[in-house]
Amino acid sequence: MSPSPASEALVPQRTYLNAPATGLRSWLLTKDHKRIGVMFLVATTVALFLGGLFALLIRIELLTPGPTIMDAMTYNRMFTLHGVVMIFLFMIPAIPSGFGNFLLPIMLGAKDVAFPRLNLLSFYLYLIGAAIALYGMVHGGADTGWTFYTPYSTTTVTKVTPILLGAFVLGFSSILTGLNFIVTTHTMRAPGITWTRLPLFVWSIYATSVIQILATPVLGMTLMLVAIEHAFGWGIFDPARGGDPVLFQHFFWFYSHPAVYIMVLPAMAVISEVVCASSHKNIFGYKAVAYSSLGIAFVGFFTWGHHLFTSGQSPWDAGIFGVLSMFVGIFTAVKVFNWVATMYKGSISFTTPFAYFVGFLFFLVFGGMTGVALATVSLDIHWQDTYFVVAHFHFIMVGGVMMAFLAALHYWFPKITGRMYPEGWGLVGAVLVVLGFNFTFIPQFLLGNEGMPRRYYSYPERFWPLNVASTAGASVLAAGLVLILVYILISLRWGPVAGQNPWRSRGYEWMSATPPPPENFEETPVFTRGPHEYDDSAEAPPTPTGEPSHVP
Amino acid sequence: MSPDAHPALAHHFESLEKQAHAARLGMWLFLATEVLLFTALFAAYAVYRYLFHQTFADASRHIETWIGLVNTIVLVTSSFTVALGVHRATRGDGKGTALFFGLTVLLALVFLGFKAVEYSHHFQEGQLPGRYYTYGEVTGPGASLFFALYFLITGLHGIHVVIGMTVLTVIGIRSALGAFSAEYNVPVELAGLYWHLVDLIWIFVFPLIYLI
Repeated sequence: MSPSPASEALVPQRTYLNAPATGLRSWLLTKDHKRIGVMFLVATTVALFLGGLFALLIRIELLTPGPTIMDAMTYNRMFTLHGVVMIFLFMIPAIPSGFGNFLLPIMLGAKDVAFPRLNLLSFYLYLIGAAIALYGMVHGGADTGWTFYTPYSTTTVTKVTPILLGAFVLGFSSILTGLNFIVTTHTMRAPGITWTRLPLFVWSIYATSVIQILATPVLGMTLMLVAIEHAFGWGIFDPARGGDPVLFQHFFWFYSHPAVYIMVLPAMAVISEVVCASSHKNIFGYKAVAYSSLGIAFVGFFTWGHHLFTSGQSPWDAGIFGVLSMFVGIFTAVKVFNWVATMYKGSISFTTPFAYFVGFLFFLVFGGMTGVALATVSLDIHWQDTYFVVAHFHFIMVGGVMMAFLAALHYWFPKITGRMYPEGWGLVGAVLVVLGFNFTFIPQFLLGNEGMPRRYYSYPERFWPLNVASTAGASVLAAGLVLILVYILISLRWGPVAGQNPWRSRGYEWMSATPPPPENFEETPVFTRGPHEYDDSAEAPPTPTGEPSHVP
Repeated sequence: MSPDAHPALAHHFESLEKQAHAARLGMWLFLATEVLLFTALFAAYAVYRYLFHQTFADASRHIETWIGLVNTIVLVTSSFTVALGVHRATRGDGKGTALFFGLTVLLALVFLGFKAVEYSHHFQEGQLPGRYYTYGEVTGPGASLFFALYFLITGLHGIHVVIGMTVLTVIGIRSALGAFSAEYNVPVELAGLYWHLVDLIWIFVFPLIYLI
């Protein structure tokens, strides 16, 4: 697929990729939100593959009931590193800091985020945090699990301190990004963008940012307390000195439960855009979708106790936390119904982003319903610390977040690079990922229900067949991801030129040139319609061949 | 951006007012994250005070309330001087701002001086928490925890005092050099806000640790 000279001519002369300069230095010192977003995307993708490598090693170890390729201690380190890398280095920053940085200012018609220098600082804090955590991993890693439960985490001999410090620094990166996005959304909207004309992507990212700035400081303090405890033994969480280890669990989940919404709300942000663009239809129930994001962000702060059902919490507390947790299911269902209704009577293009949307919908509904089941105290006590829980949160986090990440990657790949990926290979990759994912985690639901506990490197023989199925699924998933990586890398250089608006999307971000110039729009645009309006009364959308689109 | 735009106006804002609005909003959000950082420690204090009520009450009788009181007066006064400095900036009086910010930094040094005296007493009496705890007059499982929280809260607050001093010094010097004017002095205002937060947190720390 060598691009024809004619289509090459359609690439804008001056884009953020070549202006104001092209050298490495101009990237590393850039204050352009688009370049920072792209650097985040590259960094988080590296983290995804690193975390995926740990996941594969875990699955290979679990291929046979006894020891397969590693001992128990190595296995403990592997699942800790898998969790830390995937959560702190991939899922929390990937969509907000990567795609959010690239898209949010363009969707607001702004030239940049409110604090560009702070934005660059956020990226370097991410790199520093990642470097500190990687140092800890290379020098022995930790065996505590990503949750760092005390008193084990304060007494283990493994290198838990650098990993705690790394997560602490990464938290500040996350806070600064969230702060920047909130201020940008409040103060930098172009004329015509009222709150009810905000793209749904922005609404969801905004809700995410609120959680980021309100929850992350508490995690930072908690991780510091664990590090101090590990170093000096002050006894804050040590029962031998009067400390309360359950207090750690409260602190930890006060952040880490809202943190799952830091991960999943941006996924919902992507999906709201993709479903409209793929169905060529206005979103059904704009306000319901927008406000349910805020609802999830709000209720998300009052559900942390469902992680402590078996930690000695009173039945009264457990009941309340259980009910509050189910509220999240209501808000999520509002979104799901609206997305489905958006497709109804739409003109659907079954492209790769849409394929990921379909996968996302299945995983979110399935994972969400098992989540509601887990919020029921009596059922949770049966499933606590089994593979059922593992399968549940992987359905939401991998099934939800990674599908949305891949949908975003394909949907905005032309916007970011100006080129298209191969659609056929894209669909093959999507099928491999969705099938591989199902084969990996559906067996884990069954294993968990039969009582297989998490975090053991060996298991009784009766769990063998399902574990083999799970490992086989993981291999298919990995193959799919590698395939995607390969064609994405090839398309960067040799993909056909996309033109300005290959999806014929009405989203604001497609109104600027593709790829956008450094200042996003030649002059501050004035918006006269909503971001998801596909009404026939509007002018004819631009064709996929890349003719310049109208500015409404 | 027109050629005669204010030099402090960044390229991505249309006007200085919008830029100032964004900066203020950003600062208030940042202050919210600072409050939440301390909230974790205050929550831990509340839980352990509930669990070890008598021990905590006894322990707070064995720290020097008069130092806490003097430091409270010092910090409240410093809030006053910082407010005067910010007020000067709105009049375009950069030298006046520098003078009052300088006074504030001096008061902060007095605060840290008293804090150092207090800390050295704790060291001498064996009130360091955990395995270093050798203090005989307050014992029991909660005693070391009180001092752990004492050092964490006052230590974190002390770090904020040092950061605040640095910020005030830098902004004070820039004011003296004429970097700000009556129409553009947002950094002065934000530095003042930060210092007020440092004081405000102390207003909560003083009764929690010393009085009740």
